[in-house]
Amino acid sequence: MEAQTTALNQILYPFKLRFQLWGRNGLNFLRELWGQPSALLGAVLVALFVLVALFAPQISPHDPTRGKLRKQLIPPVWEEGGSPEFLLGTDVQGRDLLSRIIYGARISLLVGILSVSISALIGTALGALSGYYRGTLDTLISRFADLLLAFPFLIFAIGMMAFLGPGFTNLLLALTLKGWVVFFRLARGAIMAERTTEYVEAARVVGQSNPVIIVSEILPNIFHSILVLGTLRMGSMIIAEASLSFLGLGIQPPTPAWGSMVADGRDYLVTSWWIATLPGMAILILVLSINLFGEGLRDILDPRLKIE
Amino acid sequence: MRAIKVLERVLAVIPIMFGVAIVVFLFMRLTPGDPVDIMMGGGGYVSEGEIENLRREFNLDKPLHVQLYIFLSHAIRGDLGNSYVKRAPVTELIAERLPATIELALGALIFGLVVATPIGIISAVKQYSALDRVSMAGAFLGISMPAFWLGILLMLIFSVRLRWLPVAGRIDYDAGLQTVTGLYVLDSILTGNKAALISSLRHLVLPSVSLGAAMAATVARILRSSMLEVLRQDYVMLARAKGLVEFLVVAKHALRNALIPTVTVVGLQVGVLLGGNMIVETVFGWPGLGRLVVQAIFARDFPLVQGAVMVYAFTFVTANLIVDVLYTYLNPKITL
Amino acid sequence: MMFSWKLEDQPVDTTPPLLLELRNLTTVFPTRRGLVRAVDGMSFMLREGEKLGIVGESGSGKTVTLLSILRLVPHPGEIVDGEALFLGEDLLHKPRTEMRKIRGKEIAMIFQDPLTTLNPVFPVGEQIRESLGIHNIVSSSNGWLSRLFDRRRIAAEQERVIQVMRDVGIPSPVERAKNYPHQFSGGMQQRVIIAIALSCEPHLLLADEPTTALDVTIQAQIMDLLNKINREHGTSVILVTHNLGVVAEFCDNIIVMYAGWMMEKGTVEEVIADPKHPYTQGLLRCLPRISEKREKIHPIPGLVPDLARLPPGCPFSPRCDQAMPECKEDRPFPLIELGEGRLVRCLLY
Repeated sequence: MEAQTTALNQILYPFKLRFQLWGRNGLNFLRELWGQPSALLGAVLVALFVLVALFAPQISPHDPTRGKLRKQLIPPVWEEGGSPEFLLGTDVQGRDLLSRIIYGARISLLVGILSVSISALIGTALGALSGYYRGTLDTLISRFADLLLAFPFLIFAIGMMAFLGPGFTNLLLALTLKGWVVFFRLARGAIMAERTTEYVEAARVVGQSNPVIIVSEILPNIFHSILVLGTLRMGSMIIAEASLSFLGLGIQPPTPAWGSMVADGRDYLVTSWWIATLPGMAILILVLSINLFGEGLRDILDPRLKIE
Repeated sequence: MRAIKVLERVLAVIPIMFGVAIVVFLFMRLTPGDPVDIMMGGGGYVSEGEIENLRREFNLDKPLHVQLYIFLSHAIRGDLGNSYVKRAPVTELIAERLPATIELALGALIFGLVVATPIGIISAVKQYSALDRVSMAGAFLGISMPAFWLGILLMLIFSVRLRWLPVAGRIDYDAGLQTVTGLYVLDSILTGNKAALISSLRHLVLPSVSLGAAMAATVARILRSSMLEVLRQDYVMLARAKGLVEFLVVAKHALRNALIPTVTVVGLQVGVLLGGNMIVETVFGWPGLGRLVVQAIFARDFPLVQGAVMVYAFTFVTANLIVDVLYTYLNPKITL
Repeated sequence: MMFSWKLEDQPVDTTPPLLLELRNLTTVFPTRRGLVRAVDGMSFMLREGEKLGIVGESGSGKTVTLLSILRLVPHPGEIVDGEALFLGEDLLHKPRTEMRKIRGKEIAMIFQDPLTTLNPVFPVGEQIRESLGIHNIVSSSNGWLSRLFDRRRIAAEQERVIQVMRDVGIPSPVERAKNYPHQFSGGMQQRVIIAIALSCEPHLLLADEPTTALDVTIQAQIMDLLNKINREHGTSVILVTHNLGVVAEFCDNIIVMYAGWMMEKGTVEEVIADPKHPYTQGLLRCLPRISEKREKIHPIPGLVPDLARLPPGCPFSPRCDQAMPECKEDRPFPLIELGEGRLVRCLLY
C-alpha cells in the first residue's frame, strides 16, 4: 500500500513541480497575453460564450424549444415589425431566436471541448506508447493512423454518421475516431525526439520504470504543444459539428444546434433572412474567438507549431 | 529513374485503397439493425421468401469475412455493388454525377489559388501594409467560417437581394447545351455555345466561392508566412547583390522556395474541398455526387454511401500523390 | 584620383587610381528600443588592387558598411548621411536601375554562410549563369525573345560558367554545374559563391567573413583563392572579419571598427606592430601567438555594448583600461591623423 503511494507520488511529483512553475509563470503568461490584444479579445469572447452556455436557462428570455404560434417569423428588433420581446426575432415555429442561439452555444462548446479532449487523450496516450516502445505496436497504430488520413475529415465523419445515425454520442464518436490522429502524430514525434534526450537517459539510469518515465518525465514536456494544438483543433471540430447538424446528421431537433438552425432557415431565406444568418454568425464569432486565442497561445507557448 | 520512383509511389496507393475499402466495408457493421429491414423501410407486407431473396442478392446471408472478400474482389473490378433504392450499379450512379462535382471542385480550386497566390505574395513583400492587414484579417475570417453559412450569405446577398446570380442549379433550362464531357463550362466552349457558357459560369460562381474560400484563406496564410521566411534568407540577398530586378528576386528566387511548404498544404486542403463538397452542393442544389450521397444517407442506401466515400478517399489519396510528385520536382533535396 | 598629385618624391604613376571613397557614411536602424547607429560617419579610400580589411566584433557595423555600399541595407535600416564615390560617382544617389547595373557587375559580394547563400532549388551552374544574363556579359542579339532562344549565346554563357568554375578550383566543372547546392561541401559551396561574384569580372569584391563558417584547412584555401584573384585580375577586395589573423596575412590596410565607429586605420604592418587605440591593443592581446612562449591570452573585459543604449562619449570607454573622465563625456571624438593614412580615434593622442 505504502509502496503504491510512493510510486504515485513519484509519478505526480514532476507535475506538481510544473504546476508550481505554471503558478509562478501564470502572471507572466497573463502579461504576455496582455501584450497580444487579439488573443486577449479571443480569450474574453470565449469566456463569454462559456458563461452564456453555463447560465443559458437564467439568461435566455424564452423557452428555446417551445414556440408561440401567433409569433411566427417576427424580424429582429432593429427591423421593421420587430419587437423588443424577441430581440433577434423568431423562427417559423414562433421560437425566440436569441434563446435558441444561447442554448445552441451549449452544444457547440460541449462538442468542441469533449471531442478535442477525448481525441487528445487517446491520441497522446497511443502516441506516447508508439513513440516510446516502437516495434510492432507502433507499426500497427501508425498504419491505422495513415489509413485514416486517406479520408478527408468531414467525409469520414459524414460517412460514419450515415451508418451510426444521428445523435450526440454518435457525433462524438465520429469526430474523435479521426480526430485523435493529429494528436497521435504530434505526441509520437515529440516522444521519439525526447526519449533520446539526456534527462530521459538520466531517469533510466536512476532506474525509473518505462511507464513512470513516459508519464512523469516526457509528457509534461509536450503538454504545451498538445494544449496549443487542441485549442487550434477545437474550431474545426465545432465547424464539423455544425456542418453535420446542417446536413441533418448531427444534433436532432428540437435540441437547438446552430448548424441545424441555419438549415431550418434556408427555406425562409427570401422572407426571413435572420433565421439562417444569425446562428451562422454565432458559429463564426465563436470559432473566430477560439482561433484568435489559439494562435495567441501558440505564439506564447509553442512558436514551433507555427508551420502547421 | 524518376519515372520508376513515381511508379513506386503510385503502386503504394494500392494497399492504402485496400485499407480504405475495408474501413468502408466495416462502416456497415456500425449501423444498428438489419440492412434488409432498413431496405424494406420496416414495411410489414413483404413475404419471408422475398426477404431471403434480397438477403441472397446482397450476400447478407454469408459470414462477414466472405462478405468482405466479395466486397473487395468486386471493388477491384470497379464494381461497388448495387444501390438498395435505385437498384442500379453504384458505379454508374456515381459516374453520372461525377462531372458536376468535378466542375465545382475545379471551380473552387481555381478560385482558391487565383485569390490566394497574389495575396500571399504581396502581403509578404509588403508586410504590415494596409493590404497585408486587410487580407490577413480576411483570411482569418475565412478559416473560421463554416462553408454552408458563407454559401447562404452569398446566396442571400447576390441571388435573393441583388438578383445578380441564380439561386441554384448548374445551368438555365433554355441554354440548349449539348453535353460532351459533362463539365458544362468546358462543353459550352467546345460547342461554341456562348449563352450556355455565360449561364453555366453564372451558376458556378457562388458555389465555387463558398467552397474555395476556406482553401484560399489557408493557402494565402501559409504562402505569406513561407514567403516571409524565404525573403529573410541570404540567397535572396545574393540575388539582389547580383543586380537582379526586385520582381524576379521575388518571383523567381523567393517564390520557388516558398512554394515547397505551400504545395503540401494545398494537397491537404483538397480534403477540405472534398468534405465541403457535400455541404455546398446541398446549399446550392448542385446536382453532383455530394447531393447524391446526402440523399442516399437519408434513404439509407448504404452501398451508394460506401461507394461514394471510397471515391472521395480515392480522389484525396490521388491528389496527395500528385502533390508528392510535384514536391520532388520543387525540392531538389528530395528524391522521392 | 585627387591624391595622385599630392606626392612628395615618388613618380606619379606608381600610385594606383582611387576606386572607392566613403565619406561620412552613416546607416541607422530604428528599433523598438531606440535608434541604432550601425555605421556612424565611416570614411575611407580604396585604391585599385588594394586589399582592405575591416575588423571588429559582431555588431560593430562591418557587414552593414558593405551592404550600405551596395545599398542593400535590409529594412528598416536606412542610409541617412554620407557619400560613397565609386569611380567618382556617388552610389548613394544613383537611380535604382543604375544601381542594379553596378551590383554584381562592378561590385560583387561574397556572403558569410555558404550553406544559406546559395538558392537550394537551382543548379549552381544556373546560379552562376544568372549574373551573366543580368548584365549581358556575353554579347548577343537584340530583343529579349531572340536572346532567349539564342543558341550561340547560351553556349557562350555555358562556356563562361565552366571557365569561372574552373578558375575558382571546382573539379570537373561540366558535371558539377548541373548539381544542386546541397550536393556540395561547405568549401565548394563558398567557391561557387566566389564564382558567382567573379563571373562578371567586378572591380571590387566585398567579402563578408568568407571563411568563418568553414573548417580551418578550407579557410586557408579560400584565402589563397581570394589572393590569387586579387593578383591576377587586379580586383580590389574589402574583407570584413572578426579574425585579426586573417587580415594580418591577407590585407594591405586595416580599419578597426567598434560600435559603428572607425577606431583606427593604417597599414597592416603599422597596426599590428604598433596598435594605437586601446581597443586594437586589446584585440591583439587576444590573439594567441605561437612564436612567443605560452603567453596568456588577455580577453577584453566586458561585453559588446547594446547599440541602442550606448553610453555618452566613446562607446569603448566602459571596457577601456586607459579611459579618462573626459572619455565618458558627450563631446566630439575626432579622428587624429598620426601620419600618412594612419588614423586613430582616441583622446590619448
